[in-house]
Amino acid sequence: MIIDILSGLLLACGGLLGVIGGIGIHRFPDFYSRLHAVGTTDTLCAILIILGLILQTGLTLDAFKLLLILFFLFFTSPVASHALANAAMHGGLKPWLSNAEIKK
Amino acid sequence: MKIFSFGALLFVLWILLSGKFSLLLLSLGGGSVVLTLIIAKRMNVIDHESYPVHLYAKFPAFFIYIMVEIIKSNFVMIKRILKLGKIDISPQLVNIPVSQKTDLGRVIYANSITLTPGTVSIELDPDWVTVHALTKEGADDLLEGSMARKIPDQGVEK
Repeated sequence: MIIDILSGLLLACGGLLGVIGGIGIHRFPDFYSRLHAVGTTDTLCAILIILGLILQTGLTLDAFKLLLILFFLFFTSPVASHALANAAMHGGLKPWLSNAEIKK
Repeated sequence: MKIFSFGALLFVLWILLSGKFSLLLLSLGGGSVVLTLIIAKRMNVIDHESYPVHLYAKFPAFFIYIMVEIIKSNFVMIKRILKLGKIDISPQLVNIPVSQKTDLGRVIYANSITLTPGTVSIELDPDWVTVHALTKEGADDLLEGSMARKIPDQGVEK
C-alpha cells in the first residue's frame, strides 16, 4: 500500500516533469534553449518514472532490467543532445545570445 | 586477463537478462559470449576506454554527485520554464577549459555537462569545450570548475 502510493507519486512527478519540459519547448525562443528544456525531460523525468516502476516490480529481474535501461539512458541521452547541438552549430544555426562574442 | 573478466561480465548479464537456467539457454548464452569475445578481440576494442576497470572504484561517488547536480539544476530549470511573464533566460556561449588528461575523462566531463539541465556541450576540443548555457549562473558554475574536479580521470595519457 505504502509502496503503491510512493511509486504512484514518483510516476506522477515524472509525468509532470515531462509535461513541463514540453511547455518549455514551446516557451523558449530558439533551438538551443529548447534543447535545454528537453534536458529536464530526459534526465530527472526518466529517473523518476523508472524508479516508480522499480517500486512496482519489487526485487525481481525486471527491476534489474529497468536499472539497465536507466544506465544506458545515462550514456545515450547526453550523446544525442550533444550530436543535435553540434550538428546545428556546424549547419550554421546561430544561437540567440545575450553575450555577443565567445569569452575565453 | 581483461578478456576473461569481460567474458564473465557478459555471461552474468546474459543470465540476469534471461532469468532461466535450462541447459539450452545457458549454452546458447555461452556460445554468444565466446562469439562476442572473438569479434571484440579481432576488432581490438577491449582496452582501457571501452572497459575502464581502473575507474570502477571512483564511479559510485561520481554517480551520486552527478545525481545531486541533475536534481538541483532541474529545479532551476523548472522555475525558469514555469515563470509567468517574460522568460528569464540569458543564453551564453562559453569556452570551458578542460583539464582532464585522458580522452575518457574529457568525454565523461562533456557528457556530464550535457546531462545537467541548463548546459549543453556543443564542441569538444583537446583543451576546451564549447558550452551553450541557458543562464549566466550556469556558465559561471562551470567556469568555476567544481564539476571538473569530480570527474574520474586516470590511466593512459594521450
